[in-house]
Amino acid sequence: MASVTDHTSLRDDRRSSGRMSALRLIFGAALLLLVLKAVGMLPEWLNRPPDWLIPPYAQWLDAFFNFIKGDMETGRPGLIYLTRWFSEGPLEFMLNTTANLLEGKRRWPNIGPISWSAIAAVATVIGYYLGGWRMAALAGGTFFWTALVGQWKLAMQTLSVISVAAPLAFVFGLTLGIVAWKYNWFDRAMRPILAVLQTLPFFTYLLPAVIFFKVGPTAGAVATIIYAMPPMILMTTLGLQKVSPEVVEAGKMAGCTRWQMLRHVYLPAARTEILVGVNQVIMLCLAMVVLTAFIGMPGLGAKLLAMMNSFKLGRSFEIGVTIVLLAVTLDRLSKAWVVKQPEHFEKGTPWWKRHFYTVLGCGAFVVFLGLAYLSNRVPNYTLIEGANQGNILQYLFSVLGDVHRTQDLSQGKEIDTAIKHFLDLDGIQATTEWLRWFLNVQVLIPFRNALLWVPTPAFILVIAGFAYWLAGRREAIIAAIFFSIVASTGWWDRSVITLYTVISAVVLAMLIGIPLAIWTARGAAPPLSLQGSAKDFAIGLVGLAFKRIPVLFGALLVSSLYHFFTAVEESAAFLSPTSPSLYIFGATFLVLWLAVRDWPRDKVVLTIVDTAQTFPSFIYLIPAIMLFGVNDVAVVFSILIFTLVPLTRYTVEGLRHVPPEMTEAADMSGATQVQKLTSVQLPLALPTMAVGFNQAIMFAFFMVIIAAFIGTQDLGQELQRTLAGTDLGKNFVLGICVSLMALTFDITINKWARNRKAALGLE
Amino acid sequence: MKLKSVLLAGAITLASGTMTLAEDSSDPIVIPIHNWSSQIVMSHVVGQIFESMGNNVEFVTTDSQAVYESVRLGDVTLELEVWEGAFGASFRTALEKGGLHDAGDHDAVTREDWWYPMWTKDACPGLPDWEALNECAHLFATAETGDKGRYLDGPVDWLKHGKERVEALDMNFTVINAGSAAALWAEIGAAEKDKRPVVVFNWTPNFAEAVWPGEFVEFPEWVDGCDKDPSVGPNPNALYDCGNPAKGYLKKAAWDGMQDKWPNAYEVLTKISFTNPQIAEMAKFVDTDEMEPEDAAARWLEENEDVWQGWVTGGS
Repeated sequence: MASVTDHTSLRDDRRSSGRMSALRLIFGAALLLLVLKAVGMLPEWLNRPPDWLIPPYAQWLDAFFNFIKGDMETGRPGLIYLTRWFSEGPLEFMLNTTANLLEGKRRWPNIGPISWSAIAAVATVIGYYLGGWRMAALAGGTFFWTALVGQWKLAMQTLSVISVAAPLAFVFGLTLGIVAWKYNWFDRAMRPILAVLQTLPFFTYLLPAVIFFKVGPTAGAVATIIYAMPPMILMTTLGLQKVSPEVVEAGKMAGCTRWQMLRHVYLPAARTEILVGVNQVIMLCLAMVVLTAFIGMPGLGAKLLAMMNSFKLGRSFEIGVTIVLLAVTLDRLSKAWVVKQPEHFEKGTPWWKRHFYTVLGCGAFVVFLGLAYLSNRVPNYTLIEGANQGNILQYLFSVLGDVHRTQDLSQGKEIDTAIKHFLDLDGIQATTEWLRWFLNVQVLIPFRNALLWVPTPAFILVIAGFAYWLAGRREAIIAAIFFSIVASTGWWDRSVITLYTVISAVVLAMLIGIPLAIWTARGAAPPLSLQGSAKDFAIGLVGLAFKRIPVLFGALLVSSLYHFFTAVEESAAFLSPTSPSLYIFGATFLVLWLAVRDWPRDKVVLTIVDTAQTFPSFIYLIPAIMLFGVNDVAVVFSILIFTLVPLTRYTVEGLRHVPPEMTEAADMSGATQVQKLTSVQLPLALPTMAVGFNQAIMFAFFMVIIAAFIGTQDLGQELQRTLAGTDLGKNFVLGICVSLMALTFDITINKWARNRKAALGLE
Repeated sequence: MKLKSVLLAGAITLASGTMTLAEDSSDPIVIPIHNWSSQIVMSHVVGQIFESMGNNVEFVTTDSQAVYESVRLGDVTLELEVWEGAFGASFRTALEKGGLHDAGDHDAVTREDWWYPMWTKDACPGLPDWEALNECAHLFATAETGDKGRYLDGPVDWLKHGKERVEALDMNFTVINAGSAAALWAEIGAAEKDKRPVVVFNWTPNFAEAVWPGEFVEFPEWVDGCDKDPSVGPNPNALYDCGNPAKGYLKKAAWDGMQDKWPNAYEVLTKISFTNPQIAEMAKFVDTDEMEPEDAAARWLEENEDVWQGWVTGGS
């Protein structure tokens, strides 16, 4: 069967033959260099750029930064006066206000902290307004969990910074987005900057933030704002450009001024895109929670790092769960807000009816404030045997105001033991031991040494050649320039190691993610029946187990919670037939099972991979080290988890959007399942898969820097080193190296995907 | 409640005793917190002492190396644990640039060096001698290091010179840098179950001593100049051919402006001095008793009133 891809290569023979000879030239030159090196005839200056050729970028940049920075000590004017004024003036004021309200920092207006139950009640009302009882349960449940597990203050420290950073990122992003839409030159100037910003490793944001904005929540807020802004700008511009001419005409006919046009015509019409931008801003803010802890951001992130450094996996895990819950809640709420269209009321609707949810929210807020006040007057009941043991109602009432330390339900120690036991299991140890040996000795180390052996010019030629082959001449030139810049910084070997880690992780992720995605996209599992072949039965069984794992987990969680509440002293009796925990477990299992029974397979798989991704990346580092030790396997493993998500998601997406007439045609021509997949579905899904592949590479470049905390020898390690000092120049050079490599891939793959889509007539 | 009244009494004595001195500013004293427990608890202990004197105190989480730059600029007021081995270099750099100064030593001594958990000794009985360790190098070999032993050093930014020492002493070891303290603990934790011999970088005082008993490897004794003059130490042609100082200092550092802005608090800071057992106790409250740092600090203050009352009232 002929592949769909064939007809594209028939186009324009002449051009492609010119391309072929250029490609032959590029790869030929690279091969020549390799052969020369192999026989030992390559002059050293062609192997690695000689030292005298490497410009002292870092010193230049340092001088430059110092010049624009100015000096507080000698009084030389400069940018630092402005940034320090901003951070110590308006920014600090806003942060202090939210910090006072949410966590009770002693600053103006000195009325906080607002009790957790009042905030949770308002969140529940907002959840209900935006998305019905499901959202209400999610929002209320998240805050309930956070408070009861004893992390309220930490979570509020985090949220007090985010609740300043996110709106500021929104305002700045929106403004810049509007400017970029109005003035084309600004847009064109902005795009490359945004592209670099989006690929720059976060360590590069942190150091300038500290120097210019003072260590602490201010620097954390600034780094978060800068990191979260780019998608807001892009989405705003995109949304405004898409506003239909009819709407604009209508506005003009109504005689709007320019400001009115913007405020009442363009912005409302671009509402959806802008809100998607808001969603992105919130998610990126939460992604920075742990990373900004390095520069003084208080809260969950800082606690997580402290817990990890004293080897308390259980508590770290609990904090991780809280971060995930917060992220999921804010994500779902903001997405629900995107979908929810503004409501309109008939004239004459009473005020309270039009603002029903506002009234309800305020009411709940006041009621719970009162309850909290009363609750602080009763003793601190606990559920643990001993002094102050109360029943569950007494307990719940006494924690409404403040969850006292003795009252929280943290299971840190127990989870800690569980995780460590799990990692200690013989089977797991043996598997990882073998994997470690195999991957390290047979795959990773030889691959790395091979890449390091390649002479720099040959490396650049091969990269440029690939870019030419996949995308075109322009991309090849860009790739050559970018990699030459990287070579000229003198950090070549470390850059190659970074690249090697990224490639290894992405390839491994493809080996796992693509089969998983293909399996997922094939739709609902065949019903488990005894009639079919043994193979079908086995597949059905595996599918069933896979789908039920979350259900099992949920049921276990609920029943053990119950168990904890009621029968602390007889923990051994959990599985006895008289134990109510067992029935609770059974009942929850049944309920959950019924709830997700209709979920399609992809929803289950995507929920799992999404959750895995939202978990703060640091959580994975310790298990990775305990399983594989401090070496490249642990590094690759921790990156792998993150790269799996986009690969799986976009492959599923791509396969699902293959036009049905194509698959039908394949069916009619008698193709087998495998033929249909390899000759029709995969080629058609490839452009979409490429987007996922590209994202996977971007994630990998992000994670490889974090993996410096396991122990690497790449750019991340050097970046981590600069964090301790004040080497702005070096820090920036290293960041740019990562950024340029990531951008090369980004540009090439995106261009290729666009070409393919055009060639296949998909868009 | 009891603690509060004690603190209040202390504050009153102090206030009456120091009438002649200038008043402390009402701006918050910013105390940095890092990511190991003894430092966190100690910071809270000192913070609570300052608060009992009527000062405002704020805590900020920072990187333990970058903090000296912040102290220099006055963004952070002081630093309570300056370890000679780990932060000596950053501290000295900042000292040269000006803006912060040495506010005295703690009684405690610090040590950072190659370390092994006790079970390692069963496999290699000649320990803690470094030559015996070298004889046993094969016990520490892993898939990646071949027949050489594997030594897990601290993160590169701690500047521990493990590689240089292995070369200088011609040891049969490969040095791997962990990326964080957490990575070191994970490595020891993973080796614990089957009592696999490991040798890693470690330091004292530290919570790990309580969790995994162990010993430092005894290298040729530290002589001044070992890191600068090749002729010092057993190998006449190499630097870093001796162990780290077994008795490193533990200092306090203060921002130059502190003395004028908070004279009373500064006075107390210069007198503060903790010993190794005291620091270990603070760490233990958090690391093994699972207390929150604030509570641990309050408990420590309550149990050791005689220690800190002297610092507060002694100056008046």
